Amino acid sequence: MAEQLALLPGYLTAHLQLVLVSLLLGTAVSIPLGIFVTRRKSLEASVLGIASVIQTIPSLALLAIMVPALAAVSAVTASAFGVELRSIGYAPALVALSLYSILPILRNTVTGIAGVDASLIEAALGVGMTDRQRLLRVELPLAMPVIVAGVRTATVWVVGTATLSTPVGATSLGNYIFSGLQTRNTTAVLVGCIAAAGLAIVLDQLIRALEAAARRRRRSWLVATLAAIAALYAVTAASFAWDRLGSPERSVTIGSKTFTEQYILSEILAGRIASHAGAPTRAVQSLGSTVAFDALRSGDLDLYVDYDGTIWATIMKRDRLPSDRAEVTEAVRRFLQDEHGVTVIGSLGFENTYALGMRAARARALGIERIGQLPPVAANMEIGGDYEFFQRAEWASIQSAYGLAFGSERSMDSSLMYQAVARGEVDVISAFSTDGRIAAFDITLLEDDRGVIPPYAAIILASPKLAEEMPAVVAALEGLVGSIDANAMRRMNLAVDRDHRSPAHVAREFLHGLQD
Amino acid sequence: MIELVSLCKRYDHATAVENLSLQVQHGELLILLGGSGSGKTTTLKMINRLIEPSAGRVEIDGRDTREFPGHELRRHIGYCFQQVGLFPHMSVAENVAVTPELLGWDAERVAQRVDDLLELVELEPPTFRDRRPDQLSGGQQQRVGLARAFAAEPEVVLLDEPFGALDPLTRDRLQRSFHHIRRELGLTAIFVTHDMIEALLLGDRIAVMHEGRLVQVGTPGELLRRPADDTVRELMTMPRRHAEVVDRFLSD
Repeated sequence: MAEQLALLPGYLTAHLQLVLVSLLLGTAVSIPLGIFVTRRKSLEASVLGIASVIQTIPSLALLAIMVPALAAVSAVTASAFGVELRSIGYAPALVALSLYSILPILRNTVTGIAGVDASLIEAALGVGMTDRQRLLRVELPLAMPVIVAGVRTATVWVVGTATLSTPVGATSLGNYIFSGLQTRNTTAVLVGCIAAAGLAIVLDQLIRALEAAARRRRRSWLVATLAAIAALYAVTAASFAWDRLGSPERSVTIGSKTFTEQYILSEILAGRIASHAGAPTRAVQSLGSTVAFDALRSGDLDLYVDYDGTIWATIMKRDRLPSDRAEVTEAVRRFLQDEHGVTVIGSLGFENTYALGMRAARARALGIERIGQLPPVAANMEIGGDYEFFQRAEWASIQSAYGLAFGSERSMDSSLMYQAVARGEVDVISAFSTDGRIAAFDITLLEDDRGVIPPYAAIILASPKLAEEMPAVVAALEGLVGSIDANAMRRMNLAVDRDHRSPAHVAREFLHGLQD
Repeated sequence: MIELVSLCKRYDHATAVENLSLQVQHGELLILLGGSGSGKTTTLKMINRLIEPSAGRVEIDGRDTREFPGHELRRHIGYCFQQVGLFPHMSVAENVAVTPELLGWDAERVAQRVDDLLELVELEPPTFRDRRPDQLSGGQQQRVGLARAFAAEPEVVLLDEPFGALDPLTRDRLQRSFHHIRRELGLTAIFVTHDMIEALLLGDRIAVMHEGRLVQVGTPGELLRRPADDTVRELMTMPRRHAEVVDRFLSD
C-alpha cells in the first residue's frame, strides 16, 4: 500500500497534465465552434455529426490511432519544417482526449444557445444590442448553465478516459490499473480507480461551484473556486516545468509492454544503467507491442526488451521459419540495424515462446503431450489467448501446420488466461513459456512437435540515438547479456504474480545477486 | 413626425400588412387598434426594423430609417414588448439600464435614471432595484418593461399591449400615469392594443386595422360618430354598450 501511495503524486500530476490541458483545449475549440454553428445553421448538423462520430470511436482505439496519426503528421512536419513531433507519450493522449472532450461541450453550447427564448432574442434586438452584444450579454449568460453541464460531462469522461492513455506511453493514473491488472496487484488497481474517481468528483464539483457562484453572483465563492482551479493549473504548470528543468541531464527512456516479465526487465535495465553508467532513467510502462517498437525507432524510447520471434513475425512479416535458431537471431539483428538503425545489444539468455498449455490433469486424462495430438479433439474445445494472439502470424502457422481448428476462440487479458485454463473455463491457452503461473496453476505446455512456433529469445533493443549518444549505457547493458536463464525468469515472474512482490523489488534482488 | 409610406409585409403564403400609410405627429399618441392577426404588431415592429418591410418605407423626422444601422435606430426608439421580455439573468435595475449603458451613459446618470423611472412606474427603487424578474408579479414585470422602454430618453416609443397582464385597478392607475408621463415628456408614441376602452382613453388618434389593411384613422370622437365601415362600427358598439349599462345604473 505504502509503495503504491508513493507513486501517487507522480501519477496524479501526470493525470492532471493530461486532463486539465485537454479540457482547456477542448473548451477553447468547442465553445467558439458551437457559437459559430448557431450563427450558420446550415453547418450545425454536419459539425455535430462529425463530433458524434469521434465520440463513437472507442476511447482506447482513438488513443491508439493517434500514435500512427501523429507519426504521419510528424513525418510531414519533419520534412517541411524540420520539426519532429513525439508520437508516443503525452502528445497522442492529449490530442485524443481533447477530441474526446469536444462533443459534450459543443453539443451543449449549441443546444444552450438555441434554447434561449425567442422573445428574449427579440428583446435584445429591441433594446438596441448588436449581434455581438446580444451574444455576450444575453445568449451566453443564459446558455451558461447548459454549457457548463457539458463541460462537467466532458470533465468526468476525460478523467476516466485518461486512464487509458497508459498504453500509448503517457503516464497517468491508468499506470496503476494497467500494471496492477498485469501483476495481479489489486491494491494498485484500487488505488488507481479511487484516485481517478476522486479526481473526477473534485473537478466536477469545482466547476459546478464556479457556475453556481457566477450565476448567484457570490463574489467570495467565485474567488474561492477560481483560486482552487487556478491552483490546480499552477500545480500542473509547475509539474511541466519540473519535468523539463528537473533533469537537465539526458535521461534514458525505458519501455515495457503490458506483462509482468516486461515490468521486471525494464527495472533490471534501469538498475543496471544506474549502477554501471550512472545515467538517470525514466520508465514508460504498459505500452502496446507495436507502439513500443515504433517509439524505439523514432527515438521516443531508448530501450526495451523484445523477443526476436516477435520481430520476425510482426515487424519483418516473415511467415516461413528457418529451422536454424542462429539464423533467425542473425537475420533479426541485420534487419533491425539496416532497416531501422536499431541496435540489438544482445540476448538476455532465455526464451519466452508462445506455447499451447492445458491443465496438467486434463492433458494426462486425454493423453495429450504434443500439439500434433490436438486436432482430433479440438473441435469440442475452446482456446483462450491474449489480445494479440489470434491476429498473429504464429497462430495462423500453428493452425495451418497442424490442421488445427478449435470449436471457439476467446480473447482475454493475458493475466487471466492461466486462471481460466486452471479452472476449466477454457480448454487450451496461448501461454508464455516463462510465465510463473504455469507451474503455480499446474499447467502442462504441449510440445511443438512440428517446430512451427518461432523461437522468442529476449533481446535488448537500443534506439539509434542511444547507441550514438550514450555508448556507456550500451556497454553497461552488455553485462546483462546471457545473465537470465528461463528458470530465473520464471522464478522472478512468479515472485510478482503469486507472491505480490513489486517488479522493482524483484529486479533489485536479481541485480544484487548478479556476478559482475 | 413618423411617416409610414406604403408599408407592406408579405410572407411566403400570407400578407401580414398591405400598403399601409400613416402619419404620426410630434407629441401625438396613435393607437393601432385591431383584432389578433390584423397586422398591428407587425406594423409596430417595422417602425424600428425588428421586422424589415417587404416594400414601402418609414421616415422619422424626414429621414428614412434605413439610413441607420438597425441597432442604432432601436437605441433611440423605446420599445415595450407584449411578452415583456425582461432578461432573467439581470436585476430589475440592470434591465432598465440596458439601453442607456449601450449608449455609453456614465454610471451615475444611469443609476439616477433607473431610480427615477422605477418611481415613475410605482416600483420603489430600494425594494425593487436588485430583484430578479422571476421575483416579480406579472404586473410588476410589465412596469419594468415600460421603464426599460423609456430609459434612454427616447423621443419615440413603441408599445405593444404594455398593460395586457395587469388587473383592472392597476391598469387604470398605470394608464393614467402613462398618459401623464407622455404629455410631460412630449413623447411621440404608437400604442398597439385590442382593448377599445384603452384606445379611447389614451389615444389622440386611433388607427383601426383589419386583415393587414388600414380601415380608418381618426380621433376617438370621429370613430364613434362616423365609423368608416362595419368593422369599425362593431368595434365601437362595445364601449358604447358598456357606457349605456353604467348610465342606466346611475340614472335609476
